[in-house]
Amino acid sequence: MDKIIVGLKRVVDYNVRIRVKGDGSGVETDGVKMSINPFDEIALEEALRIRERGDASEVIVVSIGASDAQQQLRTGLAMGADRAILLESDTVVDPLAAAKAMLAIIEQEQPGLVILGKQAIDNDNNQTGQMLAALWNRPQATFASEVILDGDTAKVTREVDAGLETIEVDLPAVITVDLRLNEPRYVKLPDIMKAKKKPLDTKAFSELGVATDDAFSVGLYEPPAQRSKGIMVEDAAGLVAALKEKGLV
Amino acid sequence: MANILIIGEQTDNALNAAVAKCVTCARDIDGAEIHVLLLGSSIDQAAATAASIEGVAKVLTIDAAHNANPLAAVYAPQIAEVAGGYDYVFGPSTTFGKDLVPRVAALLDVNQLSDIMEVVDARTFKRPIYAGNAITTVTVKDGYKVLATVRAASYRASGEQAAAPIEAVSTGAEIPAHSRFVSVQTGASDRPDLQTAAKVVSGGRALGSEEAFKIIYDFADKLGAGVGASRAAVDAGYVPNELQVGQTGKIIAPELYVAIGISGAIQHLTGIKDAGTIVAINKDEDAPIFEVADIGLVGDLFKVIPEIEAALGA
Repeated sequence: MDKIIVGLKRVVDYNVRIRVKGDGSGVETDGVKMSINPFDEIALEEALRIRERGDASEVIVVSIGASDAQQQLRTGLAMGADRAILLESDTVVDPLAAAKAMLAIIEQEQPGLVILGKQAIDNDNNQTGQMLAALWNRPQATFASEVILDGDTAKVTREVDAGLETIEVDLPAVITVDLRLNEPRYVKLPDIMKAKKKPLDTKAFSELGVATDDAFSVGLYEPPAQRSKGIMVEDAAGLVAALKEKGLV
Repeated sequence: MANILIIGEQTDNALNAAVAKCVTCARDIDGAEIHVLLLGSSIDQAAATAASIEGVAKVLTIDAAHNANPLAAVYAPQIAEVAGGYDYVFGPSTTFGKDLVPRVAALLDVNQLSDIMEVVDARTFKRPIYAGNAITTVTVKDGYKVLATVRAASYRASGEQAAAPIEAVSTGAEIPAHSRFVSVQTGASDRPDLQTAAKVVSGGRALGSEEAFKIIYDFADKLGAGVGASRAAVDAGYVPNELQVGQTGKIIAPELYVAIGISGAIQHLTGIKDAGTIVAINKDEDAPIFEVADIGLVGDLFKVIPEIEAALGA
């Protein structure tokens, strides 16, 4: 195939301890480390491996977000993507609008495959890939733990509640990836230098002509209810006694 | 009066336990009429189970050979057609629902709420974000259909009732040929199902090997418990992926959860925070699991578990 499109979202780094702001207006992001959504990094790694095997000629990374998402696109270029597109928006873009925007890029680029993370670790929606596949009227293979390309089809093993499900889809298709698909490569310093010269196009999200709605209004954010601290027991006998007291054994 | 369509899930003609939990969530929308839609091939038993869930007014079935396997691309256009007449469309936050509901939402051109954990009022819902580290309250404006997945672990199953009517429906939706089911590999076991078991025993990286994990299976069998694992144990190859408990695995709410040799990464804790009683056994007294455990025991699991088994007289 010619092209693979990969989505990269800028999110709070997965190692950061998330804190809800005191006034409930959101979570603390000031001075917090931002990174590529970990699932998206796995998506990009898979695309790069496909290209390196000679099954694709170009990997394009696309992000939707504020201008500082350029940092994550540059990291994607340093990992090995060929070029990047930023759909710049200063407001939060909901999954349906994100899917519509990705579709607009697909119509321009005509990729053979779109690979996305199964969800972003900020809003945990797990929607964009499925929505994109629906709007594109193409197959979806979500939660992938193995992808085998064979000509115009892909055999994808999916992590489902029952175990591992394998489906076969015609290309082009949307694949969303799970954690065990691969281990993303580390970026090396010379690659960071090289990435500075790779093309990064910025388009205003508003110019895509994507209809957005205001169906959802988000009210206050709150920290989750905390479990109260329990008791420590000294030994097995103490544990069994505590369980018996609660009627659990 | 509002009406709610719940997208049911079944496997081999057995209804998924998450459906009765979705019904409980739907019953929090005051006065709504609740229908369950089931797709599959030969699904009479699953439909009968759904019809007997307290609060269900009607079960709709699309029983067809092309629905034999749960492919989202095949199911979604049929569901979207049926869903047109409903104010709410809910599905379970299982991998089935997570795969399918957004595809339906896009076909209906509406946004979707993921993982409803609480109904505040008919248009307002709470849901977790950032792996459960923050909870948001989202209001869906009037005039929009509410598409959502329901976080099953936040709800108890609705009870039983005299069977509601079951009605076969058909749609004119085009069935795509571009997606095909190949196989499913599942670790069949006689143990209680991880997602519905009243008791769950989970093992972590500290087990050290696939062979050593046997101590977890044996202990679970003595308690009549289901078996789970941390992501570290799955990644290390000790157990298959379907046993993973946590943010990217299964979110569960058993009455008793026993975490053995699990340090308690936030992603794991997200999967168990609705458990009734959490027991933690770990060598490291500083392990984060002890911050959420109701009963904690610092010790070597290979020494402690046989002692517990002996004390239980099992």
